Amino acid sequence: MPVTGPETMTDTLRTPLYDLHTALGAKMTPFAGYDMPLQYDGIMAEHKHTREAAGLFDVSHMGQAHYTGEEAALEKLITADLSALAHGEQKYTLLLNEQGGIRDDLMVSRPFGDDGLFLVVNAATKADDFAHIAKNTSGKGELRVIGDRALIALQGPQAADVFSALVPDAAKLVFMQCRVFTMDGTEIWVSRSGYTGEDGFEISLPADRAAEITQKILDDERVKPVGLGARDSLRLEAGLCLYGHDMNEETTPVEAVLMWAVAKPRRERLDFPGAARVMQMLADKPARKRVGFTMTGAPAREGAEIVKDGQTIGVVTSGGFGPSVGGPVGMAYIDTEFGAPGTEIEILLRGKARPAQVTKMPFVEQRYYRGE
Amino acid sequence: MSVKYTKDHEWVKIDGDTATVGITSYAAEQLGDVVFVELPDVGKTFDQGDEMAVVESVKAASEVYAPVSGEVVAVNDGLEGEPQKVNESPDSDGWFVKLKLGDTSQLDSLMDDAAYQAHIS
Repeated sequence: MPVTGPETMTDTLRTPLYDLHTALGAKMTPFAGYDMPLQYDGIMAEHKHTREAAGLFDVSHMGQAHYTGEEAALEKLITADLSALAHGEQKYTLLLNEQGGIRDDLMVSRPFGDDGLFLVVNAATKADDFAHIAKNTSGKGELRVIGDRALIALQGPQAADVFSALVPDAAKLVFMQCRVFTMDGTEIWVSRSGYTGEDGFEISLPADRAAEITQKILDDERVKPVGLGARDSLRLEAGLCLYGHDMNEETTPVEAVLMWAVAKPRRERLDFPGAARVMQMLADKPARKRVGFTMTGAPAREGAEIVKDGQTIGVVTSGGFGPSVGGPVGMAYIDTEFGAPGTEIEILLRGKARPAQVTKMPFVEQRYYRGE
Repeated sequence: MSVKYTKDHEWVKIDGDTATVGITSYAAEQLGDVVFVELPDVGKTFDQGDEMAVVESVKAASEVYAPVSGEVVAVNDGLEGEPQKVNESPDSDGWFVKLKLGDTSQLDSLMDDAAYQAHIS
């Protein structure tokens, strides 16, 4: 069997936690221009540990930015209702093109009171996103790209216990709330959110203190470092989209089944990019849509063709083994008529049609903390 | 009984005219957690270098090639329920298939232990 050895990292970037990863024995991999940890103990063990206790992820490759000025100018580019975003709140939103295609998905939050908005976007798209936002808000708002902060995520059922031992007030946040805290004299920006389906936090912290603070969290024996491998299997089981795979510029929020991220007032005002086309597609029902699927045996991977009675009806956009599910799981775009949960389909794996079933997502229960 | 290796990280144990084939501990380590192994049917014949099996880890699928030509006389059914055997004992319980050797001279093209260790270091 072919085995690819370590690739040469000449032009790849390093996060502020690079030295910590290598000290922890991480197997590194190039991702979105960065040399990132793929795994430490193994994907399966890290995945399960996150579901059972707490996992610590370095997501410093993602793009962080601070937007100030006229918010209407930014709002025009995305699908959130920023006037309804109060101090201490965060929303998942979409950056759309003029046809309503998805340029990126991102988090927008208001942790700084009346001092603007905090944006977190995908690593692979950050340069394009920031250029697009800066250009389209020019003269009205200011986008300051933040290059001197790391971003980590602490995820899992014990994340709140672990983190509140260090930052007691963090436990008061509920899912999708955010706040600025001080930890050991350092300002950290914390939101109660993540990409695993579990309770947890995303924490922005100054690059020069990042290793020290991250180590302090890792000193808690309930916490283990988790790499990108398990980050992908965790998000897939939780039914969360990966940009560039489960949606892209060619897919609308209707096809991606993300209309919940298009705020109601924005739908009514038809003032988000591509609104006319998107709302028409919603009314007419799209020809294809994103669904989940399960199967037994070998997992179907991205790009596998989906067939029914000899006809191609879709394509897998994410697929792999779900360690908590204990079997293959995936997402696909499929002709809408075959999109109902329970529909029997076939997926072509190495030329052979394998039975699979359209399955409601998430594949595991989401366990966000929404308050007592 | 002698053990030979391919550059693609398969091992072959020769016993008379039977070759037991598996993947090396180095390959298993590189793959990570194995979650499924697709094995050929008994009776199927392969030429040296043919794709013979597929091993699926959490992150990817990888092909296993026939190190020598031969007919499949047995497959490791135990991997169906316990694919993790490939990680736990790649050199023994994690074997894939037994081949009835066609052309024993093909064994000369494979590496011995010392050569394989040099290949992966």
